[in-house]
Amino acid sequence: MQGDEEAFDEFVTLFRPRIFHYAVMMCGQRDDAEEVTQDALMRIFESLGQLREPDRIRAWAFRIAKNACYMKRRRSVFAPPEELSLDSLMPSWRDTSGGRELEIADWSALPEDTSSRGEINDLVSQAVSELPGIYRAVILLRDFEELSTAETAQILDVGEDVVKTRLHRARLAVRQKLDRHFRSVRSVV
Amino acid sequence: MTQAECKEVFALLSQYLDQELAPDMCKAIETHMAGCLPCEDFLASLRKTIDLCRAMQARHAPGPLPAAARSDLLEAFRRFKAGTQPA
Repeated sequence: MQGDEEAFDEFVTLFRPRIFHYAVMMCGQRDDAEEVTQDALMRIFESLGQLREPDRIRAWAFRIAKNACYMKRRRSVFAPPEELSLDSLMPSWRDTSGGRELEIADWSALPEDTSSRGEINDLVSQAVSELPGIYRAVILLRDFEELSTAETAQILDVGEDVVKTRLHRARLAVRQKLDRHFRSVRSVV
Repeated sequence: MTQAECKEVFALLSQYLDQELAPDMCKAIETHMAGCLPCEDFLASLRKTIDLCRAMQARHAPGPLPAAARSDLLEAFRRFKAGTQPA
């Protein structure tokens, strides 16, 4: 029995924060995310016996978490889906004496020191949280949880091409928000 | 280099960075990049964005697990374990 409790604590310590983070980023409310996380963990333990491929437990757990989020927020977050167009995410071109340039910030000047990391982390997290739900779900699973395209497609019940398209647009939207911030900071300095 | 070519490349950059493109498509993008500094700069900014997303620390952590909730979960876990034991 003691061994059971240790294995349980290990599982909860590993999965509860990750599921909670996904839930709060998808639901937007801490209270909802706490409830979703508890529901998801309960469903995970109740159906662990049905898991056929233990190597895929992370993707399997996130599929359960996604369904718990969906049940909680089906009327507000997941519908209606808002599309991001590729054109709106492309930077503008400008003609200069040296030729054509894209209007983007100088990303090579991005600070490497850890004191600035907190601010950048907040900017990234904010940018992700502002994405439409269908894009937010993909970037959280692919880039934050580092699940594969195939696993993400399985979790979200969409094709791999859809995952690729949504991931690209999500990244471009985050890039665009960061770029605008970096340019505004530079213009102030 | 035309803006239409840049736009075609622009649509494929995530798949290029994720190594999900066929070798001939990768080669085409690299050839384009070699002659298009704006696209090269843009690719660098997208690569950095992905790095920042992957390094993102969770801003939201759950509160302590309430004792009653832990007890419910532990009971479910024990039921699962009991079901996996040989009879």
